[in-house]
Amino acid sequence: MSEQKPKTIFEKIWDAHVVKRAEGYPDALFIDRHYIHEVTSPQAFDGLRKRGIKVFNVNRTTATADHNVPTKDQHLPIKEALSRHQVETLRKNCKEFGVELYDLGHPFQGIVHIIGPELGLTQPGMTMVCGDSHTSTHGAFGSVAFGIGTSEVEQVLATQCILQYKPKTMKIEINGKLGKGVVSKDIILYIISKISASGATGFFVEYTGDAIRSLSMEARMTICNMSIEMGARGGLIAPDETTFNYIKGRRFAPQGEAFDKAVAKWKQLPSDAGAAYDVVLKYDAADIEPMITYGTNPGMGMKVTDRIPTVEELKELSEQASFKKSLDYMGLEPGSPLMGKAVDYVFIGSCTNARIEDLRLVASIVKGKKKADNVEVWVIPGSKQVEEQALKEGLNKVFEDAGFELRSPGCSACLGMNEDKVPPGKYCISTSNRNFEGRQGPKSRTFLASPLSAAVAAITGKVTDVREFI
Amino acid sequence: MSKDNFTILKSTAVPLPVENIDTDQIIPARFLKATTREGFGDNLFCDWRFDGNNNPIKEFALNNAAYSGKILVAGKNFGCGSSREHAAWAIYDYGFRVVVSSFFADIFKNNALNNAVLPVVVSDKFLQSLLSSIQQKPKTEVTVDLLNQQISFDGQAEQFEINAYKKECLINGYDDIDYLLSLNKEIREFDLAH
Ligand code: SF4
Repeated sequence: MSEQKPKTIFEKIWDAHVVKRAEGYPDALFIDRHYIHEVTSPQAFDGLRKRGIKVFNVNRTTATADHNVPTKDQHLPIKEALSRHQVETLRKNCKEFGVELYDLGHPFQGIVHIIGPELGLTQPGMTMVCGDSHTSTHGAFGSVAFGIGTSEVEQVLATQCILQYKPKTMKIEINGKLGKGVVSKDIILYIISKISASGATGFFVEYTGDAIRSLSMEARMTICNMSIEMGARGGLIAPDETTFNYIKGRRFAPQGEAFDKAVAKWKQLPSDAGAAYDVVLKYDAADIEPMITYGTNPGMGMKVTDRIPTVEELKELSEQASFKKSLDYMGLEPGSPLMGKAVDYVFIGSCTNARIEDLRLVASIVKGKKKADNVEVWVIPGSKQVEEQALKEGLNKVFEDAGFELRSPGCSACLGMNEDKVPPGKYCISTSNRNFEGRQGPKSRTFLASPLSAAVAAITGKVTDVREFI
Repeated sequence: MSKDNFTILKSTAVPLPVENIDTDQIIPARFLKATTREGFGDNLFCDWRFDGNNNPIKEFALNNAAYSGKILVAGKNFGCGSSREHAAWAIYDYGFRVVVSSFFADIFKNNALNNAVLPVVVSDKFLQSLLSSIQQKPKTEVTVDLLNQQISFDGQAEQFEINAYKKECLINGYDDIDYLLSLNKEIREFDLAH
């Protein structure tokens, strides 16, 4: 009987990776690929040393330095002592334990969630983890990928397994045609604004529908990336021809005959007809417009042309205090519009939107134009390879002419661990994924938006509807 | 990481009636540069605790001398955002052993459990009544009984859920790696077959 039951793609992948399932215990789930970086791994390596054990399988582990690296003068030693120490600790650990490291200066270095896919390491049907919540990005390939804490990083290094309870499943279906100026970032900001920053907690999400199918791999990654911003354990999209074409020929992807064999296997992954989900949500792509957030969690988003809700419009009384606190922090009035609001910084970067297609989108808007005098604009490519490609296409020239600053790859002002910080009280329109208090620097104020919306704001110096520009 | 064993805790509590407290508030990213697990407590809630000149902000609960104890009581969706375990380390290092809320973000919940911090999920109603009791009477003693999965104060009590395996780990002070290492042979075979 159980053999016959239709399964979702999530269940197929999960069940195929359970090494041991015991009553009352969480599943011991085998992990195909483990990405690590400098911030959440040092204590895990220490743990291995204390226990006197090795990394279980170094071939399944890939490291890079991204969170805490400078985006200027990357060829020089890192100036800030603690950051330098953290990156050096990663080097030391990778060397001691034999883990491949794409260090600063390496042609494959970059934000961990950008390099995995571009190197072909991320493949359909895999289980993947990383000590970073945006690991959900890799779900765009039809894989089960999720963020973990450092104790769990240690678990995976030590045993290539993680103890996990199987989350519930949620299907989010989006059909229809996207309107002018609407890109995948708007889709995901729209969904989160509908279901809130905790609306998918405890669930693993599958995104389906023709609006999702029509997206490129890079656009799909933007959607899966932000699954965690609605609390989901992860998010995925079933693989299709778009996926296979993207992977083909990439450095660590199966080659030749092995690739064809892999594709045949990957084609078995999509959810069976009639597979059941715990929750199903449906949206119409035509309802989605360019989006922006106004508050201090990603659920506080609206159409760029809307006004901020008033306190009275909130559904739950208990939310009022948090809502007021949030708007106070942002220096915004309930009920007011955001259009025309002056911004001070524009950040184009992060694992959400720093791939080559994102930079192309930005360039398509700014080509031949200049940034407004009141804004400072940072463009931080997601990886060395993205940077390379941007130079090849002459995008650097477009950005320079516009007065943008094109820097070297890293997480940068997405989390403000390095020196790229938005100063206190200043407004930044950002293509990243979090608008939390102080996320981009102490007292910084963040508006999350798409690369298109960020690009127009850079030109006008204020929150603008991109549709007026294209 | 195996730490102390946990069975029952009686303590006063610190109220933080804010919803959606994300891990960037618990421990801002600029403090994540350390390569050990200790010392994060000094910077717990740093941007709410201290002003721009590093002076304590009087109104903030952690700076309010009336409040103390090993239990933190916070608004719903506690610990959302980043997967940084540093958030759980900071809470532990500061001295909290229990966080009470009506809802926790997934990754934080796991991280807390992996670090001998017990997340106790209570109903909204219980949470509101606990928060107002503490605010009115900061010396209110709260009892968290892990064995019987019950939290109580001032004659009010509520059962809470905890997964049986995690409960066992907390009570005995052992951790996931100990269990997974015992599966080494099965895992090796699985790895080779994949
Ligand atoms: S870019 Fe931001 S969200 Fe992405 S991995 Fe880096 S810090 Fe995390």
